Amino acid sequence: MQNEYVLQMKDIQKEYYGNHVLKGINLNIKPGEIHAIVGENGAGKSTLMNILFGMRVIHDTGGFQGEVIIDGKKVIAKSSEEVMQLGVGMVHQEFMLIPDFTIAENIKLNREITKENFVSKTFNNQSLEFLNRKLMNEEAKVALDTLGMDIKETTKVAVLPIGHKQFIEIAREIDKKGIKLLVFDEPTAVLTESEAENLLKSMKVLANKGIGILFITHRLDEVKSVTDNITIIRDGEHIKTVETTDVTVEEIAGLMVGRQITISQNEDMKSASEMDALDTILDVKNLKVHMPGEEVKGIDLEVKKGEILGIAGLAGHGKIGIANGIMGLHKASGEVKFKGEPLAIQNTKDSLAKNIAFVSEDRKGVGLLLDGSIEDNIMITSMQVKRQFLNGLGLINKPKVRKHALEMIEQLDIRCTGPTQATRRLSGGNQQKVCLARALTQEPELLFVSEPTRGIDIGAKKLVLDYLTMLAKDHNVTVVVTSSELAELRAVCDRIAIIAEGRLEGILLPSAEDVEFGLMMSGEYHKYKGGNS
Amino acid sequence: MNLVKRLGLPRIIIIVFFVLLWFVAGAKSLPVPLLMKDSLVRIGMNLIMVLAMVPAIRSGIGLNFALPIGIICGILGGVMAIEFEIIGLAGFLYALAIAIPLSVAFGWIYGIMLNRIKGSEMLVSTYVGFSIVSLFCIAWIVLPFTSDEMRWPIGEGLRTVVSLESTFGGILNKFWAIPFSNGFIFPTGLILFGAFICLVYYLFSQTRVGIAMKTVGDNPKFAAATGLNVDRYRILGTILSTVLGAIGMVVFAQSFGYIQLYTAPLMMAFPAVAAILIGGATAKKANISFVIIGTILFQGLLTISLPVASSFFEGGNISEVIRMIVQNGIILYALAQGGGE
Repeated sequence: MQNEYVLQMKDIQKEYYGNHVLKGINLNIKPGEIHAIVGENGAGKSTLMNILFGMRVIHDTGGFQGEVIIDGKKVIAKSSEEVMQLGVGMVHQEFMLIPDFTIAENIKLNREITKENFVSKTFNNQSLEFLNRKLMNEEAKVALDTLGMDIKETTKVAVLPIGHKQFIEIAREIDKKGIKLLVFDEPTAVLTESEAENLLKSMKVLANKGIGILFITHRLDEVKSVTDNITIIRDGEHIKTVETTDVTVEEIAGLMVGRQITISQNEDMKSASEMDALDTILDVKNLKVHMPGEEVKGIDLEVKKGEILGIAGLAGHGKIGIANGIMGLHKASGEVKFKGEPLAIQNTKDSLAKNIAFVSEDRKGVGLLLDGSIEDNIMITSMQVKRQFLNGLGLINKPKVRKHALEMIEQLDIRCTGPTQATRRLSGGNQQKVCLARALTQEPELLFVSEPTRGIDIGAKKLVLDYLTMLAKDHNVTVVVTSSELAELRAVCDRIAIIAEGRLEGILLPSAEDVEFGLMMSGEYHKYKGGNS
Repeated sequence: MNLVKRLGLPRIIIIVFFVLLWFVAGAKSLPVPLLMKDSLVRIGMNLIMVLAMVPAIRSGIGLNFALPIGIICGILGGVMAIEFEIIGLAGFLYALAIAIPLSVAFGWIYGIMLNRIKGSEMLVSTYVGFSIVSLFCIAWIVLPFTSDEMRWPIGEGLRTVVSLESTFGGILNKFWAIPFSNGFIFPTGLILFGAFICLVYYLFSQTRVGIAMKTVGDNPKFAAATGLNVDRYRILGTILSTVLGAIGMVVFAQSFGYIQLYTAPLMMAFPAVAAILIGGATAKKANISFVIIGTILFQGLLTISLPVASSFFEGGNISEVIRMIVQNGIILYALAQGGGE
């Protein structure tokens, strides 16, 4: 019996601790259809996939509402194995291959073809059977041929280039019997252009065999070139499902970013003439940062004194790497001038001493001494770098530390039992305020803030953002905010630099059109608009 | 209630057990004042070696199982004092004056090594401790010492046990010692010296450098983002630990009355580790109160449990067996469980 759809997801809703992350997503995929899901980071794509595959994190947090129907059967999956048995395969973003196994062995992993032997017959136990390598190799070859891969199936995976590894992953999925739907989670992210092209071709081949394909990606031109239908998700909401032929890349980008309603746009941003009048405080030339997962591949950027500059971009494209590189937390090269003088970017202490402060995106890993008290966390950088909070004997001046901590707690409204409470016990928002308090204690001229509102509640978000605005306006601190939440940047920034593929794609004003943000973030601005902004 | 929470349940149980043992000792008509004196002396002579664990834990290298490095330096200081026949308080100070610079040098080299094996410090340090002891087994034979106090009457090298009676044995123990009529003696000098070293360390921990070192141990990434040179502070912690080990050894030797050479230092790190763990420290968290509580409980327990155990079981080596079970049992238990607050 042929069902009309291989996958239907009906009115999927999900909340994490009272926070609605999916608000009614509908998805219908026919056999042989290539269907794209596009959306910004945090739009809810991965949550949707977690629901489809019955991941534990979903059940542990109270399940979801709505229906998942795979090949005509309503499914409430408890594990991904269950879903895979129904004919759904997943091609992962990271490779899950064993380097010292051959291609065939990897493809057949955990589904090995075996043949009986003396021992297995004696004990009547299948797990003691030998591998039937001949048959395994033959079947692996068929899978590889389907993908148009001309490569020997007995090669070890370790020696293959990255592009090929991606294909092995796919070959493994299509080798499974009765595969009906394949999910590609950003498969082209690590591939070169020609490899990506090959991959898209084989996706079409697979679709022609009647396999439904769910394609998750940020690259809008790929979406445009191979898919039949596109579903756009924004902030957990199902914005639109359209036929690919009916929309342009610009329209997709516009729908993807959208205008968010919760936080309005920065109303008193500086005008163009005001901006021009400002001095340059930080001049970055050809900055390269070797930060795993957030590689920066050569960026030129000027930061004006007293402005709030936003840095936006998709996850993994390098926006996070910029502040980390300038502060010397990751290997970096390039020429950086601070107030006209060269800055030794590999020397963290020197940068801190020059009144540059940094609030890390990794709050728990880098940003806090989790077992330390609030007051210790607040004073420590100033004490170490500027030798403040010490008495005449070189010992810590505890009354002074306490007084300052109490001031900061009041000023930033840190909710705690007192200045000696360990920061581990604070909520995310209050932890972030402690990080900010430490940066402010340094009395910075230039403040880097990365992901200031990640994982904190809406009230704390507003306070943090207001505080950044206040710093820039009243204390003339230059603030560079790196954030994945474009809406926030548009609410507080004077200018927003967009990073794509480790490079500066362009600088936009907060008032720019949604389409422009969308295009720039996918690195396709110049293709469609031309020129260098 | 708050005190119970601060100490943690394991310590409450141990304290109750400890107090119980004293009552049993009284009931069995063991010489309690004498046992008390022994306890105090053992606490005093071990305190600094236990304190040596603190800078190691604070700077993030974990429990310093390589304490024998410091101990060897202390022994070297002691034998040098004997070699040059410097006696009394001067001999004690001379031993320290030799031991401290030596332990700084050894600690520094060892610290550089530890920076290359981040993550497995405690495993490696155990073997480094064993190795240095073995290396010095050779050294005690070949080093050109000439003092008749220390050399074998015939043959090569130094004796396994060297008496300090004629040099600086008991110099601290006898200092301002207060005898009581019931046989109890309060070893004022020993306790004061231990308290002094603890105070100096406490003051250090309140300085900028001391706080930086703790920061490095708590969260190396955070420390790097604060502009601290993580590797340098780890080396500093290692040096401090080794120096305290050396001072601790000299204090230990003068109280013991002998210096034991060759394989004697092999296992000396373990009582110190056990003591600080019993006091509530973990491989990541330690302070001076843990040192004091831990040394009192551990050394006190050892002192009191042996005669009590012997009074129940007749003869033989049973008390030594029990000592091993108690000591290693505590290390095992404390490594598996969390500490106090």
